[in-house]
Amino acid sequence: MGLIDNINKLFDHRIRLGIMSILMVNEEVDFNRLKELLNVTDGNLASHTKTLEKAEYIKIEKSFIGKKPNTRYSATKLGKLSFKKHIEALEHIIKNQT
Amino acid sequence: MESKKYLNDIIQIKDMMSRSSRFISLSGLSGILAGIYAITGAVIAYIFLLPDINSDVILHSWNFRMIVAILIAVAILSFVTAYLLTSRKAKKNNEKIWDDTTKRLLINFLIPLVTGGIYILIKLNSQHYGLTGSLMLIFYGLALVNASKYTIGNIKYLGYAEIIIGLICAAFPGYGFWFWILGFGLLHIIYGSLMYFKEQKG
Repeated sequence: MGLIDNINKLFDHRIRLGIMSILMVNEEVDFNRLKELLNVTDGNLASHTKTLEKAEYIKIEKSFIGKKPNTRYSATKLGKLSFKKHIEALEHIIKNQT
Repeated sequence: MESKKYLNDIIQIKDMMSRSSRFISLSGLSGILAGIYAITGAVIAYIFLLPDINSDVILHSWNFRMIVAILIAVAILSFVTAYLLTSRKAKKNNEKIWDDTTKRLLINFLIPLVTGGIYILIKLNSQHYGLTGSLMLIFYGLALVNASKYTIGNIKYLGYAEIIIGLICAAFPGYGFWFWILGFGLLHIIYGSLMYFKEQKG
């Protein structure tokens, strides 16, 4: 019954939280832009996006611009809904403890 | 302890959302200067080129070309000033001026503006001068409202004000020149000053 129950473990991480925040307000963001905003390494970002993709919270689309590979990310409906619930849970906890 | 961590999470969410979607705010000073350029341009046009404001300005005449040149000069000066002052501000806040959000800001600003510009040129070519002032104000206002989604600040209110003045201007043909000064000169100065004082405060 605790409020903690609504906290989504997947979002309980700085980088994944950042990725979702960015995808909530941007339709589509590419790899380099995410990297730049979050200030993380390639490998680190890739592993966290994979985790979110597995949960079906984000969609990954790969394509080529000329010869350069281009990977774009967007949030799924499920992802957006889950993230909203997570934010509500956070707000709840803060309100109740202060 | 726990709630502090969650509070930090919320702060980070807000920060990421705003940094990834919103362009830094335009400097208030650039608004003030844009207004001053507009009024200066209008004064030059009034004194030297329009001795009789009600006389028709004929397309391709010397007068007409000078007015167009003044308009272009005012636009370029305002744009360059806005760019320089805003990038200076961005540097101070350690933000990048040229990223995806800026590109989107520019595209969204230019779509209504260029549409309006082409429309006005077409109308001028068929000798319809009457509503030029009003059309400039309306399309500029729409451009501001459209671009405001990508800026911090209250630029959309400036956009609404320009649209309203443009519409009133359409109802009073013959006073386009004065409404133009009001919209492009005075409103920019008022808006810029409000922004400027806000910047100084916070």
